[in-house]
Amino acid sequence: MNRINRALDREPFLAAEHRRDTHEEFKRLNENFRRGISDSLAGGLSESAQQIVVRKETMKTIGGDGVPIEVLLVEDSPGDVRLTREAFRDANSSIHLHVAADGVEAMEFLRRQGIHTQAPRPDLILLDLNLPKMDGREVLAHIKEDAGLKTIPTVILTTSDSEVDIARSYQLQANCYLSKPVQLDAFESLVKSINDFWLTKVKLPGQRNGA
Amino acid sequence: MKEFGDRGSPIEVLLVEDSPGDVRLTQEAFAGTNSSVHLRVAGDGVEAMAMLNDGSPDSAALRPDLILLDLNLPKMDGREVLAHIKANDRLKTIPTVILTTSEAEADIVKSYQLQANCYLSKPVALDAFEDLVKSINEFWLTKAKLPPQSEPD
Repeated sequence: MNRINRALDREPFLAAEHRRDTHEEFKRLNENFRRGISDSLAGGLSESAQQIVVRKETMKTIGGDGVPIEVLLVEDSPGDVRLTREAFRDANSSIHLHVAADGVEAMEFLRRQGIHTQAPRPDLILLDLNLPKMDGREVLAHIKEDAGLKTIPTVILTTSDSEVDIARSYQLQANCYLSKPVQLDAFESLVKSINDFWLTKVKLPGQRNGA
Repeated sequence: MKEFGDRGSPIEVLLVEDSPGDVRLTQEAFAGTNSSVHLRVAGDGVEAMAMLNDGSPDSAALRPDLILLDLNLPKMDGREVLAHIKANDRLKTIPTVILTTSEAEADIVKSYQLQANCYLSKPVALDAFEDLVKSINEFWLTKAKLPPQSEPD
């Protein structure tokens, strides 16, 4: 009896230790997961493995209450991806955040090509301007020239606050331009504003009729 | 890029709206929220285009920082106004927010096809309407970076 009690007493500590290990492991997996997507883009993963990767992404929040809101974040900075993910998670549990790390992957996601054949149509796109492989301006131009994609609200989210970038983005029919604050809590507050305005107040085009 | 409020420069907002009640509610909600907002009103689509276009006889063309556009308007429909704005190189960069009672999917999709910057439907309840105007102020006039008045080269 005493031995069991002692074991139970120790249990919280064990659990905490276990949680920390799991957390570290999870972080590592997460990083590997992103790298895995890049590798698989270069043909590093088998077809079936690619399907698993895609399914893992799409299954994450579906099954919660209500219909998930599909958001595509096009962002190459892992730090900004993580901050955005965390801020959305705190703000709105219905959001299903997909990440494309460069412009080429973003277009593959939107056109359901490569590893993204099962990709959903995003309800909202958050697009960085300075991206590897294909620049955000070019991604924006492609989206707004495509009759099937142009109705998806596309919000520029970038560190640049140069007038040239702002004017150019609105010329290319970006729906809105936001510049990323350097401060952590200001960044978090901006993501919450995106949620409050775009995903709560704004009427988004329906998935069925949007194309 | 304009730093709104910092230099006390007014923010020009053009409201295209034929309902006097909605005009008044919008004016009051902005007045209670942001004293830098200078709200101009066009009562129909033709008046809106006259205010935005050169050739208006009595005044220089207006280039608002933000346009709030109703869809169902006399003389010229909001969809047509939107199409004119987005087909005009000088005007197309002005964020144009649809603010209408319609919640029809066809109107929502058509507006985004015509490159409306966003679509909002007017709530019937008074305080919800006021709350929505505050959201517009909070998001478009404090968070969003609006295009510069004159295009940089």
